[in-house]
Amino acid sequence: MVKLNVNGTSHDLDVDPATPLLYVLRNDLKLNGAKFGCGLGQCGACTVMVDGKPVFSCLTPTMLVEGREIKTVEGLGTIDDPGPMQKAFIEQQAAQCGYCIAGMMMRAQALLEAKPDAADADIRQALEPNLCRCGTHMRILRAVARARDLMQGKSAGITAPAAATGRG
Amino acid sequence: MNAPNPLPDVTRRGFLAGAGALVVSFAIPAEAQEGGVSTAPGAQAAKPKLPGSLADTPSLDAWIRIDADGSITVFTGKAELGQGTKTSLRQIAAEELEVEPASIKLVTADTALTPNEGYTAGSQTIQNSGTAIRHASAQVRQILIAKASQKLGAPVEALKAQAGTIVGPNGAKASYGELVSAEFLHVDAAADTKLKPPAAYHAIGRPFARVDIPAKVTGGNAYVQDMRPPGMVHARVVRPPSYGAKLTDFADAAVKAMPGVIAVVRDGDFLAVVAEQEFQAVKAMRATAAVAKWQEQPELPDQYDLPAFLEKSVSEIGTVTSVGAESAPGAKTLQAQFTRAYQMHGSIGPSSAVAMLDNGLTTVWTHTQGVYPDRKAIAQMLGVPEEKVRCIHTEGSGCYGHNGADDAAADAALIAQKVPGKPVRVQWMRDQEHLWEPYGPAMLTRASATLDQSGNIVSWHYDLWSNSHGTRPGSAGSLVAGRLMARHFPPDPAKLQISPLGNGDRNAIPLYDVPNQRVNWHFIADMPVRVSSLRSLGAYCNVFSIESFMDELALAANADPVEYRLRHLKDPRAKKVIEVAAEKFGWSKDSLPEGRGRGFAFAKYKNHAAYLAVALEADVDSDSGAIKVSRVVAAVDCGEAVAPDSIINQTEGGILQSMSWTLYEAVHFDRTRILSPDWSTYSILRFSAVPDSVEVQVVDNPGAPYLGVAEAAQGPTAGAIANAFRSATGKRIYDLPYTRERVKGVLGV
Repeated sequence: MVKLNVNGTSHDLDVDPATPLLYVLRNDLKLNGAKFGCGLGQCGACTVMVDGKPVFSCLTPTMLVEGREIKTVEGLGTIDDPGPMQKAFIEQQAAQCGYCIAGMMMRAQALLEAKPDAADADIRQALEPNLCRCGTHMRILRAVARARDLMQGKSAGITAPAAATGRG
Repeated sequence: MNAPNPLPDVTRRGFLAGAGALVVSFAIPAEAQEGGVSTAPGAQAAKPKLPGSLADTPSLDAWIRIDADGSITVFTGKAELGQGTKTSLRQIAAEELEVEPASIKLVTADTALTPNEGYTAGSQTIQNSGTAIRHASAQVRQILIAKASQKLGAPVEALKAQAGTIVGPNGAKASYGELVSAEFLHVDAAADTKLKPPAAYHAIGRPFARVDIPAKVTGGNAYVQDMRPPGMVHARVVRPPSYGAKLTDFADAAVKAMPGVIAVVRDGDFLAVVAEQEFQAVKAMRATAAVAKWQEQPELPDQYDLPAFLEKSVSEIGTVTSVGAESAPGAKTLQAQFTRAYQMHGSIGPSSAVAMLDNGLTTVWTHTQGVYPDRKAIAQMLGVPEEKVRCIHTEGSGCYGHNGADDAAADAALIAQKVPGKPVRVQWMRDQEHLWEPYGPAMLTRASATLDQSGNIVSWHYDLWSNSHGTRPGSAGSLVAGRLMARHFPPDPAKLQISPLGNGDRNAIPLYDVPNQRVNWHFIADMPVRVSSLRSLGAYCNVFSIESFMDELALAANADPVEYRLRHLKDPRAKKVIEVAAEKFGWSKDSLPEGRGRGFAFAKYKNHAAYLAVALEADVDSDSGAIKVSRVVAAVDCGEAVAPDSIINQTEGGILQSMSWTLYEAVHFDRTRILSPDWSTYSILRFSAVPDSVEVQVVDNPGAPYLGVAEAAQGPTAGAIANAFRSATGKRIYDLPYTRERVKGVLGV
């Protein structure tokens, strides 16, 4: 048995403790957020937070994170009540295929929790381990900057693209 | 939508049960191949050609159904690949049906439910499917008005559609649901349906947030990888170490005894494992790879001398164009040769699929770009009739062309035969995607042009050497599993085809006004490295070559590159995007700091689709060889802009992806094996190299035909980077990619 604390909930799981955290999150806890990208720590699609720090869940054996606070994109909010990071990505329409996005958001969340007033250059540097193949980088950078401002209580600041204003 | 929900609860019959309107049948058209012609010649000979994909699937009920409760369902044979078409196609239908986009249910590519629109490729979703849905929706509105006219006893001229209701004089009205009757849409589309004028639009061109993004940023069910139907088991394939390797020995007893292992599948050189849990499957895969013995052959060309390989392998030469005289007298003649390495699609999520064999029907959930052609190939591979296979598109990671999607679908279908009744989830590993996806082909091009006294181009010769850029299914031999299995289906023979949309020769004809032109494709049938369609096909290398060469010609003519392009163009829309990009960028002749350059490039995609011009600024660090693109401005005209923010998103993406191809990307191999199994051996763009700003100007043409947009930026971006490097250093690099080593070599550091 392995005891995992994920998004504030404790789980007793009957899994091989050597199983990479990613597979436990996706299959045993049925959380879609963290994605399989490379299994090598080269792309960041699997990024989750452990005790506030970004980790590659594809490389992390489950036994190493027992008793620690694990957070996935599902822990940032819900589709009906999205958190500031999620709101910012929706507002900026910062996705194409979207496969890399949850990993981007978790790495950005870890940055902003550690450094709430992160400069744009800090954001760019923090996201270096994560790959996007659709070329959505400009929007991802804007969305994270927007999330920073939302978290700091600024509602204005960055102009949202036209898409965010329309909903019929 | 095709949300990746459990198992086939939606069969066509089940879907229709209890419904008001009946979808009786729809025509099965010729498969629309990218770069091909969607309708067989003469098929519509007697009638005027219907707009978009209506030409292949004319019945209105193949596209639209309205139920007695007034709900509207739109069917498209195209797939959402991250372009935002689940949103933009709703906008188009909503426009003509006079409802809100969010109220429309959209069913995407599914062989049991939707029209056959071939592949979602070639930037043609809005052009083909959007045009069909637009016209079908307009005609459905008119049918509803005619029905309401009878019901309400009011002339059609006095009636209009408004928010799901036909309204008339004196408060008379009838909701769409009240007007529905069995088979009322089972009629063929008309060729001359009147569309709404742009001034009356409420949905087209208006901003709508993409419908798929909220689930994608909150961990909702979004991808085929997220499917977990009850009883699902996990499979992994075990690939040979090189393309032609033969399995000589495989003792599977130890693998079969591993915890959780349900099956070890061997069929010829095809190997796979199936386990209860995913990590058990991964461990069984590794154990299988460790005991499988293979015999390999050196079959690959010399990576470091691809031009020689391409030149010596020519099987046929095709004339792409031949206009005017072979040569013309002039003042100067310039020549240049360009090359491009094999390059990957490099999806961030390796390919995946879920398949289940149940009562003789194999259902496959797949992120393929073509459910119908994939079904055909899979059915042939399995030796069953096509109706015994159903392919349902379910989103995956972005593909950018023919990646491993079809192969993973075939893997899942084949493995599912061994464990009937169980949904089988196949997830490729990173190295399997990197090593087995079909790459964008290596290319060699040669350009030669003669200028008159004024510097104008009077003669143009262009030759390109390339494989086919289209090896999609096809037969079972186009699938990796089909080739590996004991029946060893052979790959489809590659054929040279010169078509208006182009393939390796896409954009090989310059749009520039030159009286005497010769363009030839030196076609290479042999494909020792697996290749197929990568976003924009040959256009990437052809536009890179042509636009690099145009700058050299402008220099020889002592002309500004932007002015030089404009003077060789007649098409006002081409001129317009060039002028907009130059103006917004602030194009000038002013000198720049040392090591900084500006570059410009233009193309009309396929010479018949979107117009795109791009200007950019780049810094070259001669010590490290690094090129940093700092500022990019593009202008794009893709006809009427349905979803402007998606056009911007796609174009930004195209620019950044092309930048990545251009600066970093080349598949490495020795004479036997591909040597780029991961992101450390195949580098792509990371955040540190992302420009400071990328600005996209959409030149809208309300009411004009849709031209598509997704691939338009690939070629021009490469050309603009090449020209900025030339502007920064005074030297030109003729070979893609512009790696640091190559930059330092050219600069002599």
